Amino acid sequence: MKVVVCVKQIPDPADPGALDPETRTLKRDVKLILDESDSYGVEMALQLVDAAGEGEVILVSMAPNGERSGLATALAMGAASAILISDPELVGSDALTTAKLLATAVKDQGADLIIAGSESSDGYTGVVPEQIAGVLDLPSVTAAKSIEVDGSSIKVQRQTDGGYDDVTCPLPAVVSVTAGVVEPRYPSFKGIMAAKNKPVEEKSAADLGFDASQVGWAGAGQEIIEVTDAPKRQAGEVIEDDGEAFTKIVAYLENMKVI
Amino acid sequence: MICVMTQPSSPFYNDDHESYRQVVRQFTAKEITPNVHEWDLAGEVPRDLYRKAGDIGLFGDGFEAEYGGHGQRDALMRLVLMEELCMSGSGGVVAALFSNYIGLPPIQKFGSSDIKAEVIAPCQTGEKIGALAITEPSGGSDVARIKTTARKDGGDYVINGSKTFITSGMRADYFTAAVRTGPDGPAGISMIVIPGDAPGVARTKLDKMGWLASDTATLYFDDVRVPERYLLGEENAGFSMIVNNFNAERMDLAVQSVAFSRVCYNEALAWARERETFGRRLADHQVIRHKLVEMDRAINAHQAWLELLSWRLNQGDDPVAEIAEAKVGATVTYELCAREAAQILGGASYLRGDTVERLYREVRVQAIGGGSEEIMRDLASRQLGI
Ligand SMILES: Cc1cc2nc3c(=O)[nH]c(=O)nc-3n(C[C@H](O)[C@H](O)[C@H](O)COP(=O)(O)OP(=O)(O)OC[C@H]3O[C@@H](n4cnc5c(N)ncnc54)[C@H](O)[C@@H]3O)c2cc1C
Repeated sequence: MKVVVCVKQIPDPADPGALDPETRTLKRDVKLILDESDSYGVEMALQLVDAAGEGEVILVSMAPNGERSGLATALAMGAASAILISDPELVGSDALTTAKLLATAVKDQGADLIIAGSESSDGYTGVVPEQIAGVLDLPSVTAAKSIEVDGSSIKVQRQTDGGYDDVTCPLPAVVSVTAGVVEPRYPSFKGIMAAKNKPVEEKSAADLGFDASQVGWAGAGQEIIEVTDAPKRQAGEVIEDDGEAFTKIVAYLENMKVI
Repeated sequence: MICVMTQPSSPFYNDDHESYRQVVRQFTAKEITPNVHEWDLAGEVPRDLYRKAGDIGLFGDGFEAEYGGHGQRDALMRLVLMEELCMSGSGGVVAALFSNYIGLPPIQKFGSSDIKAEVIAPCQTGEKIGALAITEPSGGSDVARIKTTARKDGGDYVINGSKTFITSGMRADYFTAAVRTGPDGPAGISMIVIPGDAPGVARTKLDKMGWLASDTATLYFDDVRVPERYLLGEENAGFSMIVNNFNAERMDLAVQSVAFSRVCYNEALAWARERETFGRRLADHQVIRHKLVEMDRAINAHQAWLELLSWRLNQGDDPVAEIAEAKVGATVTYELCAREAAQILGGASYLRGDTVERLYREVRVQAIGGGSEEIMRDLASRQLGI
């Protein structure tokens, strides 16, 4: 079984850097790491290949400056190889361009399944997996909390507000995985050392058949007009306990229609 | 509070060290740090932790890949591992997990391939636990005078005697033990592997001041029969094996001491920035600021020295005197930092469960175990030909 996992390399959320005041996008000239929300997809893919008893996990990532640190982490977890799309022309690409590039890179891999995180932890557009499915004309299942392969189809438990849907879907398909649904393995020492010898194929926009006008700022159909800071959290209401505080809390919760 | 090593750029580390650091950091933050107080109360770490640590190769430095090790010895990799695990703020956890690193190396160097497969391989995966048994009730510093005997009887050795202060002693599956097979003094000592389940092995738990999460025991050997193949190397060649083994242990203890000093510093710094007295932050009082600088100064100096020594070990150098000196320096630094951090935290550092409170109790064993300060200074003075 061949599973392709789309992984994003992002600035470390512990040290997130800053927005570029001109483009209003996150500066990405720092060292990037594997987006934690993609580690779940990597883990799921590795488990599926393990369960199938054969096959491999291939990573696809688009990142500036030939960045490989995050890929190295996922390779150390056990992925077999990676495709890195990196090109100065790509700076400013929007979600749809990203999806087109990723889809083009994935197309010839002969994947049975393409997995992506539901949304990245830095951009949060949450549309790329479905766009990839659209570009490749493949079925798409979102918000998976578990995937089970059953012959030439998959059974997916799809997270919903109230519980989950059971979805059956033919392969190949694109599935986006909800964060936190599996326990991503730690890369082992041996995995780290082995990762150095795993192939990472770097591709430019031109390699994938895109010219400069189709990608980056030039090709973006989306523009960030304004960035506003999230409103500061209001100070909470402090209820002094005079022995009757619980009645006030109950009333407050009733008022909020929580109880 | 979660502590993180501040990592100044250093010429010693490569990308592999950095990747390994990230993994151990995550592992420590998730699997260890939240549990250290609970494990102190329980008096042990769960067996499962050894398996988790084995899965990511935490026991592998210096062990052959054939038996599940890293297939390389990298003192800097080991330093990174120790530093990051110490960010948990529990020497007990580190000591418990790493009895393997003091018990197994003599087997790696001098054991037959059968013994390595039997002992080292399952310890690498965390299924089994190895320990080192040198110290005896009659003394630890004067290793040449150990009394436990191993007498040849047919194809076996019959072992009688006792060991004490043995880390992981209550549950180790294998002890790498120093025994007397010959005349008095260093020329009559051998190293032998004693399976923990051999008939005649008894253990009693020691109640300690610190390292509470690590089980420490006195062992009794009463006519314990061990097949001859468990002897490591030649008969009566054990003394140099022990001495040799101490170097790595002392480096580890020194690295841990500096890392725990860093934890004390981090805890004190965070508190000093937050706590207000006399209308100002604690950190705004000159006396407190100077304490913090003294701590940081000593930590940085020792960390740099230990990195250099690790690099030299990787070059094949054997800086025995400097390792002994560095162990003294590191534990003196730790003592200073635990004390000053406790002063800065005030009463908060006196409460059970507080990180500084734990480390304050754990300082002593770092300065005594694996060769005490006095013995280290003496060793260094002899090595330096003073
Ligand atoms: C928690 C803990 C875990 C341990 N784990 C292990 C283990 O896993 N395996 C193991 O084999 N041992 C272990 N030890 C034992 C440790 O290595 C010994 O405690 C140490 O070597 C000192 O030996 P001792 O306690 O017998 O002190 P002694 O040798 O009796 O010395 C007592 C004091 O006198 C000083 N002293 C001794 N001789 C001289 C001298 N010539 N000149 C000046 N001063 C001197 C020493 O520095 C020490 O301060 C552990 C100890 C502790 C506390």
